[in-house]
Amino acid sequence: MSDQLATEVPPLAPRGGRPRGRILGGGPLGTVLRALVPLAWVGPAIALIGVVVLWPVVVMIQTSFKNIDSIGFDHGYTGTKNYDALFNRSELVGVIERTVVWTVAVVVVTMLISLGLAQLFNQRFPGRRVARWALIAPWAASVMMTAVIFRWALDGSNGVINIFLHDLGLVRLGSNQADWLGRPTAALIWMMAVAVFVSLPFTTYALLAGLQTIPADVYEASRVDGAGKWRTYWSITLPLLRPALIVAALINIINVFNSFPIIWEMTRGGPGYKTATSTLFMFQLKDAYVGQAAAMSVFNFVLVILVVLLFLRMTNWREQVGD
Amino acid sequence: MATTTADVATAPVPSRRASRPSRRRLTGRQVILAFVAYVIAMVFLLPYAEMVITALRPKKELLSPGYFPQHWDFSNFTSIWKLGFGANILASLEVAGGATILVLLVALPAAYYTARRRFRGRALFLLLVLSTQMFQPAAMLVGIQREFISFGLPSPILSLILVNAGFNLAFATWILNAYFSSIPAELEEAAMVDGSGRLGALGRITLPLALPGIVTALIFTFIGAWNEFLVALTLTLGAPNSQTPITPAINSYIGQYSIDWGHLFAGSVIATIPVIILFAVIEGKVVSGLTAGSIK
Repeated sequence: MSDQLATEVPPLAPRGGRPRGRILGGGPLGTVLRALVPLAWVGPAIALIGVVVLWPVVVMIQTSFKNIDSIGFDHGYTGTKNYDALFNRSELVGVIERTVVWTVAVVVVTMLISLGLAQLFNQRFPGRRVARWALIAPWAASVMMTAVIFRWALDGSNGVINIFLHDLGLVRLGSNQADWLGRPTAALIWMMAVAVFVSLPFTTYALLAGLQTIPADVYEASRVDGAGKWRTYWSITLPLLRPALIVAALINIINVFNSFPIIWEMTRGGPGYKTATSTLFMFQLKDAYVGQAAAMSVFNFVLVILVVLLFLRMTNWREQVGD
Repeated sequence: MATTTADVATAPVPSRRASRPSRRRLTGRQVILAFVAYVIAMVFLLPYAEMVITALRPKKELLSPGYFPQHWDFSNFTSIWKLGFGANILASLEVAGGATILVLLVALPAAYYTARRRFRGRALFLLLVLSTQMFQPAAMLVGIQREFISFGLPSPILSLILVNAGFNLAFATWILNAYFSSIPAELEEAAMVDGSGRLGALGRITLPLALPGIVTALIFTFIGAWNEFLVALTLTLGAPNSQTPITPAINSYIGQYSIDWGHLFAGSVIATIPVIILFAVIEGKVVSGLTAGSIK
């Protein structure tokens, strides 16, 4: 797909008549040096990605086959013992199930609400700028802080959400029912709501960006043809929005799958491991069982790549986004 | 994500639908739309209002439920400095500022060169950048931690600058590449014919034209690094306060048995203010920036 970029960027014409070889000189040495010129421009980026992004993957895979004790001492390779221990953990099935539910539910709900929000905030009305501005808040604040706010707001006896529900007559303050985060299922639902909340701004803005690339005359043509509002939305807006939808969904899948601060701040994955997703589980294992945590990471990593590839395949993204 | 430059060139230009609402008489529909939008905007702001309210709630009123405190108390905002929060802000500034500068130094040449030249390995490089978008620190935390242990544990701030720069590089390179591609090469050539060198043309023509893209990419990097939590939490374990950025510092106000809600939210309010100012700077650019950076 990147080749398309290349074909459409016109290569600079012979630069102001300055022959290419003048600075670097001719001959074989010049040829070698010229081949290295791109490296001078993109080399630092490759180096940074290599050190910070790619090398940790190698270290992670190595660690997953090593026996490293809880104070970090390396006892050498142990084959697949870490994987065996991890897959023998009784919590693992529940963790994986929760991860799937967490990712699918949060991404789907986020996309649906964002479609509505983008449509609304693309309309003309007075004060639209200010309203759009408010939408950014959960994006600007650290997710970790937003999660702590909700933990406080869900406090069983003093949380503002519970006070509100109490005033509506739905919940009695200080009761077991008000202790949402103490019950795994209720806690998970609240945390998924928070995950949707913090994912909405980016997604809505991404879809707004997509909506604004749809030229106005397409809509005019459809109006002239007598298409109704819903028909226009289904046959014009949604198809033209597809690239934006695919990218927004993809970025959300990756982010939500890897989400850490919400669950960490609201329940620490507990009680026990009952609200942990695989990212949380990895973090919980990390201090006592580095090798198993690394094995969990490798598993997560492969899973993310598979899910992304599957998603791209399902959506035929090359045809949709590629051109 | 992969893109055609033709689309990118048109991306930053707002279409007619995006133009400001006209000043003409309001229709009933517009009033309803505005009302619904304001209600939604309020919902988005409510949690942060609660953050401010709790920060201003006197300690003894934390245990007496009510939407608003009976007295307003600013003491959390004065006493938090005694906990060393100033040093935490400094650490965050160093991490976010350092990562931003590093991204600028590394992404700018790479994005410019790939936008202007075809060279062997160009497609591979762009693919590498794109695929790092899929990699998140959370997925490889153990690897990052073990790697920095094997480096002999450089200072947490230095490690965090590197990690944040590395993981924000992809977005910055992509968005800058799109901006550079949308600037016609002929403009630069014309400047070069007029006697400016290649660097002169770059400095006087291309960089100013790409400035909105550069500012957007840098601010996104800064905010990302400023708000980052997981890696900061992991790499600052046992580090002195002066090496601990804001997010793990605020997290440390959550004790095993009690939570210092007042300072926790006062710190959060202080930490969020710079981000809001930065977002205000790029507010109009967010949509076009996303269009250039990720949608297109």
